[in-house]
Amino acid sequence: MRDDIPGLLPKNLRLLVQGITGKEGSFHTKMMLDYGTNIVAGVTPGKGGSYIHGVPVYDTIAEAVEESEANSSIIFVPARFAYDAAMEAIYNRLSPIVIITEGIPAHDTVKLVNAAAKYNVRVIGPNTPGLIFPNKYKIGILPDRYFDEGAVAVVSRSGTLTYEISMSMVNRGFGQRIVIGCGGDYIIGTNFIDILEILRRDLETKAIVVIGEIGGDDEERLADYIMHTNYPKPVVAYVAGRSAPPGKRMGHAGAIISGGMGSAESKINKFKEAGVRIAYRPSEVVEKLMEVI
Amino acid sequence: MYLIEYEGKQLFVKYGIKIPDSMIISRDEYVDPPKPSLNYPLVVKGQYPYGGRGKSGAVKIANNYEEYIEAINSIAHISVGGVKPRYILIEEFVPHEKEYYLSIIMSRKDKKPVILVSKYGGIDVEELAGKPGSLMSLEIDPLIGYSDYHAKMVSKFLLNRLDKELMDMVRRLYRLFIENDVLLVEINPLSINESPIALDSKVMLDDNAYYRHDYTQYIEYSMLASKGEQIARKHGFSFVPLDGDIGVIGNGAGLVMATVDLVNYYGGSPACFLDVGGGASSERIQRAIEVIANELNIRSLLINIFAGITRCDEVARGIVQAKKLLEEMGIKVVVRLVGTNEDLGASILRDAGFKVYKEMDVAAMEAIKNEG
Repeated sequence: MRDDIPGLLPKNLRLLVQGITGKEGSFHTKMMLDYGTNIVAGVTPGKGGSYIHGVPVYDTIAEAVEESEANSSIIFVPARFAYDAAMEAIYNRLSPIVIITEGIPAHDTVKLVNAAAKYNVRVIGPNTPGLIFPNKYKIGILPDRYFDEGAVAVVSRSGTLTYEISMSMVNRGFGQRIVIGCGGDYIIGTNFIDILEILRRDLETKAIVVIGEIGGDDEERLADYIMHTNYPKPVVAYVAGRSAPPGKRMGHAGAIISGGMGSAESKINKFKEAGVRIAYRPSEVVEKLMEVI
Repeated sequence: MYLIEYEGKQLFVKYGIKIPDSMIISRDEYVDPPKPSLNYPLVVKGQYPYGGRGKSGAVKIANNYEEYIEAINSIAHISVGGVKPRYILIEEFVPHEKEYYLSIIMSRKDKKPVILVSKYGGIDVEELAGKPGSLMSLEIDPLIGYSDYHAKMVSKFLLNRLDKELMDMVRRLYRLFIENDVLLVEINPLSINESPIALDSKVMLDDNAYYRHDYTQYIEYSMLASKGEQIARKHGFSFVPLDGDIGVIGNGAGLVMATVDLVNYYGGSPACFLDVGGGASSERIQRAIEVIANELNIRSLLINIFAGITRCDEVARGIVQAKKLLEEMGIKVVVRLVGTNEDLGASILRDAGFKVYKEMDVAAMEAIKNEG
C-alpha cells in the first residue's frame, strides 16, 4: 500500500507547527507526535530557542527550515495573525499548509490563497480540523481513536460531524484511506473538486464520502465534475443544513444561504443527477457505502 | 451580516456614492410622521433585514402628502420574513428610463473580488445570469488590486462610452469594498440619467472582520439582534432561533446542523441551532441551556455532543447544574454523549436522573416523543 498521496500528502512529511507555544498548538503538537506525525520544528515569534514536547522552537520559518528541513506546516495562530503566518509559510514554500485557525477575515484568506496558488503551494482550510492518514500520521486536531485505515476517503466541510460519520464507518468495518476537512470558511484553499481530482488516481481509494453543507456552490460544482469526467469511483454524500433558514450563518462563516444560492436542496438535487448516493441522516452514510462496496 | 438598505446607503454616502435625497422615519414616528421637506413624488420603502419586500407591497410611490401618510400607515403593518419594519425610508423619486446593475462580490468560486455589471437592473442577479450577454464579470486579482481599466470596461459595457462619473463610482465602490471587509456590495437598480445614483443598496459585511472595524459608527439596526441572539453572541455561541419547540444544542456547526435536520427528519420541529463550540466547560454548557430555556418556548431539549477536545464529564456537570431550571420550566432533556470520558459523563447524568443515549437517531426520536 502506498504511504503517500501525491499532490496532497508527501511521503517524507517534515511538519512545522506555527503557533506551537500556544495552548492549542502545544496540546495538538503532543497529540500529533503521539500519533506518529514527524514534527521537526515549531515557530512562535519571540519564543525561539525553547522546546515544546522536545520540538525545537524558532522565531522565524526561515531559521526553522534551515535547521530542520521542514517541508509543510500547520497553523494554530490566532485569526488576526494568521494571514502573516500563512504568508511566511508560502514565502518559504512549505506545502501543504493546513490552517486550523477559525475567524480569519475573508479578504485575508483570498490574498493568501491566491499567493499560495502563484507559488504552487497547497493550502488546506482555514477553519479545518485538518487531515488524518489513519495509522500513519495526522496534520490536524482530529481525535484519532475514531479512525482506522481502509479504502474509503472522507472529504468534509465540518469537524465533529466528520468524526461522527467516521466513527459509524469504523464501527461497521469501513476504514479510511484519508479523512480531510476542507474547512468551514467562506473562502477555502482546497475544495472538494481538488481532493477528488487527486484521489482519482489513488489506487488505494475505492470509494469517497463527501460531507457537505449549505452555502456556496462547491457541492454543485463537484456534482458537475463527477458527471462530466465520468468519475471512476462511487461517491456517497451527506449534506447538512436542510432545515437552515436563508440569510442566517449556521455556525461556519461559509454556511449561509444567500441570494437564493447554496441551499441543501440544490446540492442534493445536483448530486442525485450526477449519480451520487445521498444519505439523509449521518448514520445512513454507512448503509449507502454498503450498497457500493 | 447583511445591512438594511438605509444603513448600506449611509456607507455609500460616506464614500461619496450618490443616493437620492432622503429622510428616515423610525417606528415611534409612524403614528404622526414628520412632514417631508422633499420634492414629490416620493418613494416610501419599509426597511427589513430580509429580501422580498417589493412583492409584499412594502415599497410605495406617494405623489402628495395624503398618499405619503397612507403609504406609511400601510407599510408599518407589512411583515417581511416575519418582522415589521423598524424604519421607513423616504426618498425623492429619481426619474430614469433605464435601470442598471453594479456589484462587487468576494467570489467563493473564483476566490477573488469580482465586479458584476448588467444593462438590465432591477431584477435578481440570478435571473441576469440566465440571460446570455446581459452580464459582464471582471475579476480583480487580489495580489494586484484594482486599476482604472476596470472602471473603463464597466463604463464601456454599460454606456458604450467613457463616463467620468460612472467610472468614479466604480472606483469609490471598490474602495468601500476593500476598506470595510465587504463580501458583497450591490447597487440594484443603478440609475444613470444625468449622473449615476444608487437607488437601492445591498451590503454584506464579514462577521470575521468585526475586530478591525468600528461598524457601529453608522450601523445600528442591522447589529440589533434578538435578546437571545445578543446573549449568545456575548458568550460566543453560534445561535440561530428557529420556530419549533425542540431546542437543539451541540458542539460543531456541522453536527448541530445535522441534529436539527434529524429532528425535522423524524417529524419534530426544531426551536434553534446552538453550537457551543469545541472544548466547552460545564459553565458554558449551563449558560447555553439557560439561554435556550429563558429565550425560547420549548417543550424538550436535545443535547448532542461528540467529544474530541470536549470532555463528556464537563458537559454532564453543566447539564446537572441546569437541572433545577429545566425542571421548573418543565422541559424534557435528552442527551446524546459520545467521545472523551463518555462513560463518566453518562454516569454523572444517570445519577442525576437524566436519559443518556449513544445513537443520535435514537436521541432525536426520544426528544420528539410527547410523553415524558
